[in-house]
Amino acid sequence: MTARWIRWVVGILCVLVIVGAIYFPILRRRLRAAAKLQQQTAEQARRELTQAVPINPGVPRVKAKLFWASGDGDGALVDTTVELPLSSDPVLRSKQVLNTLLAGPVDAELRTLPSDAVLLAFYLLPDGTAIADFSEPLATSTPSGIQSEQLAVDSITRTLEANVPGVQRLKILIHGQEVETLAGHLDLTGTFLVNTKGIAAAPASATPVAAPATPLPRDKLATPATDKPTAPAAAPTTKPSSSLGAAALTPGGALGKLTQFKWNVQEHGRQMR
Amino acid sequence: MLLDVGNIGRTTTRAWGRNVFRVGAHLFFFGLATTALTISAQAPSQTASATPSAQSTAPQAPATPQTPAQISPPLTPHAGLNVVVLDPAHGGTDPGARGTGGIRESEIVLDFASQVRRALETQGFQVVQTRQGNENPSFDDRSAIANAQSGAVFVTLHIASTGLPGTVRVYVNSDLPATTDAAGLISWDRAQTPFQGLSRKLGDSVQGLLAQRFKGSPSTAQTAAVRQLRTTAAPAIAVEISSVVVENRADLDRMAPGVADAIATGVASFRPSYVVPATSGGTP
Repeated sequence: MTARWIRWVVGILCVLVIVGAIYFPILRRRLRAAAKLQQQTAEQARRELTQAVPINPGVPRVKAKLFWASGDGDGALVDTTVELPLSSDPVLRSKQVLNTLLAGPVDAELRTLPSDAVLLAFYLLPDGTAIADFSEPLATSTPSGIQSEQLAVDSITRTLEANVPGVQRLKILIHGQEVETLAGHLDLTGTFLVNTKGIAAAPASATPVAAPATPLPRDKLATPATDKPTAPAAAPTTKPSSSLGAAALTPGGALGKLTQFKWNVQEHGRQMR
Repeated sequence: MLLDVGNIGRTTTRAWGRNVFRVGAHLFFFGLATTALTISAQAPSQTASATPSAQSTAPQAPATPQTPAQISPPLTPHAGLNVVVLDPAHGGTDPGARGTGGIRESEIVLDFASQVRRALETQGFQVVQTRQGNENPSFDDRSAIANAQSGAVFVTLHIASTGLPGTVRVYVNSDLPATTDAAGLISWDRAQTPFQGLSRKLGDSVQGLLAQRFKGSPSTAQTAAVRQLRTTAAPAIAVEISSVVVENRADLDRMAPGVADAIATGVASFRPSYVVPATSGGTP
């Protein structure tokens, strides 16, 4: 009787093992599908965009100039040289320098951008207009005031100017949307002038064009580290402007055009990834 | 998924045909199914929560009025500067900059405005305020008050969150490209364009006087893309006082007479340079 009972138990256990062996691959497949779904969530997509751009070990480290506050309380910026393995692709390069700028200087007092703000997306149009999409804390955590908001925007535009030669104008979006002001004062409905050198060739339709609050002599500003091998790669971005771009971004233009244009940019961005 | 489990379960039971085993197998699959359900249930719930945020990133049309205000570049010299539109910034639900000591920009600018008003009235100006109490008119509402006046300048008052305490900066709007539509009209959202030269002159005049009174302030007006100035069809400046960070509100209150005097004297000395925009169309 006992032997018969043991035989049954062993039999059942064997069957369970076999069924388990069949069922576990199915379970694993389900798990993988679930993981894939998770990846598609907005949060994950955002994290993918904001995480440090994968660094190619072959890329040499170059000197990048990042503009943080001078600490004198007078709203001035000073450049700090940081060695970064910058990509030659202008979009990746911009993301790298902006993420470093957001990460902040060693002395947290000299920050120009809130520590909880992240760069969600960055696009570069063929006419040299860059679109930087930041998370909401950029608008909610930047101290309210003309000087403080100007400092935040200037640190972004001047860092781009010093490190990414292809960028001529910058449009700032907050969480994918155009907003009226950064934190109650500074106008974000237009574009900001980034690179003054290329502006003569650019269409004068984007507004408002903000000059830095404390303009430095241009020759004193950083010579972009891209003079060397990376310059040819950036060249295609400075092609003559297409019909898309600054013209479509003009606030005075048809609203539908603007909306449509933004979607195109987002689609384009997705394809590029 | 439960169906899958059921199918496998049924085939297994048919093959063995024993009640004991059926119970065991059901228990086993129930366990497995519960685990699988828990895992896969997490994924859809996250997808569902992601959908609204994806929708929220959809671009919305900005609500900027596109009506062209018929503004022509200033041409005719005219000694007609009589009105100063004073704009105490923020108000209502928008407190503006806030200091650690409970100082609110929206309250302080109102106090400053009343002092500036008195100083301007002493100089013989008529003063119009964009808000009297704790309201928050929109940027366009405030600009509209100035744009409805003839022979006016616009001064918006701010208290900063940053900057050396005890300093004052004057801002004029960044250069806007002078673009007009087919009819030669400048759209409302760039109403400041024809006045940029005059705004700069007014700004430098006021900033020079402020620099004398408040050490550490710049000697000339700064440039910034100030939203409030962009839609104002008049010589327009923003005056920003540093800052709400002061421990004691009295430190700011002490600055009010100096600021008021500098603004009033600055506007008065700007008076001769003021030119009325040529009234080819007039503001509707």
